[in-house]
Amino acid sequence: MKRPENEKESAAARAERARTGPPASLVRDGDARRAAPVGRTVESVAAGDAVEGIANPGGAVRGASRSVDLRPQVGRSAPRTPGQEREPPSPRSSSDRFEPRIAARARMGTVFAVMCFLATIVGIVVLAALLIDIVSDGWQRLTPAFLNGMPSRLAERAGIKPALVGSAWALALTAIIAFPLGVGTAIWLEEYAPDHRLTRIIETNIANLAGVPSIVYGILGLALFVRALALGRSILAAALTLALLILPVIIIASQEAVKAVPNSIRLGAFALGATRWEAVRYQILPLALPGILTGTILALSRAVGEAAPVILVGALAFIPFVPSSPMDQYTVVPFQIYAWVSKPQPAFLELAAAASIVLIVLLLTMNAAAIYLRNRYSRKY
Amino acid sequence: MSTAIQIPPGEVELEARDLSVLYGGTPAVRNVSIAIPDRQVVAFIGPSGCGKSTLLRCFNRMNDLIPGAEVTGAALFQGSNLYGSGVDAVDVRRRIGMVFQKPNPFPKSIYDNVAFGPRINGYKGNMDALVERSLRQAALWDEVKDRLDSSALALSGGQQQRLCIARALSVEPEVLLMDEPASALDPIASQKIEDLIYELKQHYTVVIVTHNMQQAARVSDFTAFLYMGEVVEYGPTEGLFTNPKEERTEAYITGRFG
Repeated sequence: MKRPENEKESAAARAERARTGPPASLVRDGDARRAAPVGRTVESVAAGDAVEGIANPGGAVRGASRSVDLRPQVGRSAPRTPGQEREPPSPRSSSDRFEPRIAARARMGTVFAVMCFLATIVGIVVLAALLIDIVSDGWQRLTPAFLNGMPSRLAERAGIKPALVGSAWALALTAIIAFPLGVGTAIWLEEYAPDHRLTRIIETNIANLAGVPSIVYGILGLALFVRALALGRSILAAALTLALLILPVIIIASQEAVKAVPNSIRLGAFALGATRWEAVRYQILPLALPGILTGTILALSRAVGEAAPVILVGALAFIPFVPSSPMDQYTVVPFQIYAWVSKPQPAFLELAAAASIVLIVLLLTMNAAAIYLRNRYSRKY
Repeated sequence: MSTAIQIPPGEVELEARDLSVLYGGTPAVRNVSIAIPDRQVVAFIGPSGCGKSTLLRCFNRMNDLIPGAEVTGAALFQGSNLYGSGVDAVDVRRRIGMVFQKPNPFPKSIYDNVAFGPRINGYKGNMDALVERSLRQAALWDEVKDRLDSSALALSGGQQQRLCIARALSVEPEVLLMDEPASALDPIASQKIEDLIYELKQHYTVVIVTHNMQQAARVSDFTAFLYMGEVVEYGPTEGLFTNPKEERTEAYITGRFG
C-alpha cells in the first residue's frame, strides 16, 4: 500500500528532516510539508497530530495524512543538534518498513484450520463407523432376555446378567476403596504436606503411576491380593486391583480440584479463627467437590471398561450364577465380550456386539453424570 | 527511628518489640518496635515491599501460614506475647480479625458468610441477630437484608468488602487489621469503607495498611511510615503529614520516591 506522496516529497520537507533527524519519519509527508513552511518543529507536529488523532478518530478513514506517534518517548525527547546525522537512518514511512502480506497470512490460517478440521473428522468418522458396526451387529440380540439371561453354550440362550452384576459389584467396591484413598491423598498433599523434596517425589511418582499399563496392575493384583492376601478369585480382589489402577487418576484430578480453590478463601477462613480441618471441611472441600467427583467418575468409567487386569486376577469366562457377595467368583462385561469374541461361532460375535452396546451405554451414562455434576455445582455460585 | 508517641500503659492494645520477620532468610521486617493504642486507627504507609503488610500479619499470626516465614522478637496483644508458648494462632485470629486487599467472600450465601466464623467458634446466642448486627456494623444491612440467602458473589466489589468486614466483626474481635482494604475499590466504595473505619474505631482498634496517603491522612489517628522493613517515623497523623521529622518521610509523602 504505497502512497504516491512518498515519491514526490517536497524539498522543504526533506530539508526539514535533514535538520531535525528521524522524527520526521513519524509524521507522514503531508504533515511534514505542512509543517516545514511555518517553521514548527517536527515534534510539535507529531504531538499535535496525536491529539488530533484522539479528538477526531474519523480522520484516518478520510484518507487525510494523519498519524500518531507510537514510538517510545525516549526518541522524541532526546536532545538534538541541527544538521547532525542520526543513527539509524530511518525509512520514510511505515509502508516501507512493513510487508504485511495479509492475503498470504490469511491463507496460512485457513490451511491450518482445515487441517485441524480434518483431524477432527478422522476421529469422529472412525468412532461413528465403530459404533454403527457394533450396533448393526448387536442390536437384534439386545433383548430383555439377553440382559437378564445366564451365559450359555447356545448363543440363542446366552445372557449377560452375571457379567452386568459382576461389573456393578466391581464398580461399587472400586469406588468405595479408591474414593477415600484418592481424595485423602490429594488433600494431604495439597493442604497438609510440607513443601519439601519428599512431597515432590511422591507427587511426581503418582503422575508416573497413572501411566503404568493396566496389565501391570493386574500382575500386582494377582501377586498381592489373590495370592498373598489369599482373596482368591473374588470380586474384592478385582476391585482392589482396579482401585489401585485408578487411584493415581483420582489423586491427580482431586489435587487439581483442590488447587483450583483460590488461596484467598483459605486465608479468609483462617482469619476468622478456623482450624485447618475447618477450612478444609467447610470451605475448600465443598468448592473442590465437583472437580473431585468428575475426576472420580471418569476414572471409574475407565475401571469398568478394563478387561486385562481383571483377567489376570481371575475373572471367569463362564459364570452360571449371579454373584451376591464381594467374595464370590465373578465375571465382568469387558471380559464377557472378550470371551464371546474368542468363540468361533458368528452368533457369539453378535452377542459380543450386543454386550459392547451395553458397556458403551454404561460408560456414556457415567460420563454424562460427571458432566451433569460439574455443571450443576459450578453453576450454583 | 522515632517512635515518639506516648500511650498510657493500660491503653496499649498491640505492641511489637524488636520484631523481625524473615522470608527464607531475607528480612522483610527488621527490629520493629511500635505500640498501637486501644480504639484508635493506626495507618501503616510506605512504598511497596517495605514490610507494612508483613508487620500487619504478625499481629494475627497469618505469617504462620507462609512457608519459610520466621518471626523473631515479640508481638504483644494486651500485654501478652502472641508468639508465646501455649498461644494458639486460631484463638489469636478470632480476637484479632483481618480484612484483605481483595474482597474474598466465601462462595456461599451472604448469611452463611457472616455465620461461618461464629459457627466454628461455637457461638451459642441467636445467630440471626448476630448476623444482622454484624451487617449493620459494616453498613451493609440495608442493602442486603432482603436477600441474605443469595450468593455473596452477586454483590458489588464494595459490598463484598463490607461483607468481609461484617464477617470479620461477627466473631467479636477486639482488633481489626485491614490490609489495603480499599485499594481494589472505586472511589465511592472506598469512601464508604473509610466512613466505616471511622465508625468502627468506637469499638475496635483498627490497624490499616494503605498505599493511599490521602486515605491514611483521612482515616487514621496515628501513622507509621515504614521503609525497607523499618519504622522510619511514627506519630500523630496530622503531625507526620504536615511536619515530618525525618527526611525520608518527607520525601515519601511529597512523592519524591516510592
